[in-house]
Amino acid sequence: MKPASTIISILFCSLLAATAYAVEPDEMLTDPALEERARVISQDLRCVVCQNETIDESNATLAQDMRRLVRQRILAGDSNQAVLAYMVDRYGDFVLLRPRVTSQTVLLWFGPFLLLLGGAVVAARYIKRPTSAAASALSDEEMAEVDALIQKTDRPDTK
Amino acid sequence: MAEVETKRSVGRWTAILPVIVVALLVGAFAKRLMDVEGGQDPSLVPSVLLNTPAPNIDLPPLPDRGAGLATADLKKEVSLVNIWGSWCIACLSEHPLLMDVAGQNDIPLHGIAWRDDPTASVRWLARNGDPYDLIGQDPVSEAAIAFGVTGAPETFVVDADGIIRYKHIGPITPDVWTNTIAPLVEQLRQ
Repeated sequence: MKPASTIISILFCSLLAATAYAVEPDEMLTDPALEERARVISQDLRCVVCQNETIDESNATLAQDMRRLVRQRILAGDSNQAVLAYMVDRYGDFVLLRPRVTSQTVLLWFGPFLLLLGGAVVAARYIKRPTSAAASALSDEEMAEVDALIQKTDRPDTK
Repeated sequence: MAEVETKRSVGRWTAILPVIVVALLVGAFAKRLMDVEGGQDPSLVPSVLLNTPAPNIDLPPLPDRGAGLATADLKKEVSLVNIWGSWCIACLSEHPLLMDVAGQNDIPLHGIAWRDDPTASVRWLARNGDPYDLIGQDPVSEAAIAFGVTGAPETFVVDADGIIRYKHIGPITPDVWTNTIAPLVEQLRQ
């Protein structure tokens, strides 16, 4: 293989590589089903130090401790929802990467659809608007007014 | 005639609508920018624990210190709880203020040594002074997570019933102490 194509295939393989996760082997639960639940929950929780990573991806020590706590709660018998609620009680909705629908976030969730609807209404009205020829047609009354104005400007004394 | 006039005025109104929308947006962005300039850091997370009981903790003491820190210790009188670590540079910059506070006031100041090697904590206190009444070790962030801590230092004001009344993120500055925390402690004591 030529060097160039080797480099290209290496770069291509790196595109296929899955995201590297920070979970270390000694953190994992022995029961694969419970460990899977822990991973699912961890991917919904924000690393509060790094803010734009999940605790599943983050190498921050606080994220590591939060992962450990998630596993502790699972072993203690908490449901996925209960584990998330446990974290929300301490860090607020901020800790959830997927914002819940509350009175504060309802605009965030549905605002774009409202804008789309508004745009559709404006567009529909624009399309339905009568053509310019029809709109400019004057009524008899208006024609009479125009005639009167023309008469007025035609009067010699206004020149 | 009347119909034409309404149509025309509707047209005029929609013509200035984009200007109004842009003006409102500029206003909203400007306000936010000025808030940030004025010291409101948007990355700071407001605590949901304000006005709720301090969480249940029972932390072991540092070597050669009598007792650790437990929730019961926070239910006696108005107290301050400071999260720090010997690894934390901002804590070092805050430390002189804590030493002054401990020297000049009779407000109990408790420490949580967060994710720190106990011998490193002890050595740090020996070198920089020890302003704390009680110190609990928190090696795996058990207390830090319970208090909703995102970074060190953080300081909580806890009232005599063990209710969290204030949280300060980052080093306490003389200004924050004089204008916010000291008056609050005074008020809570009455």
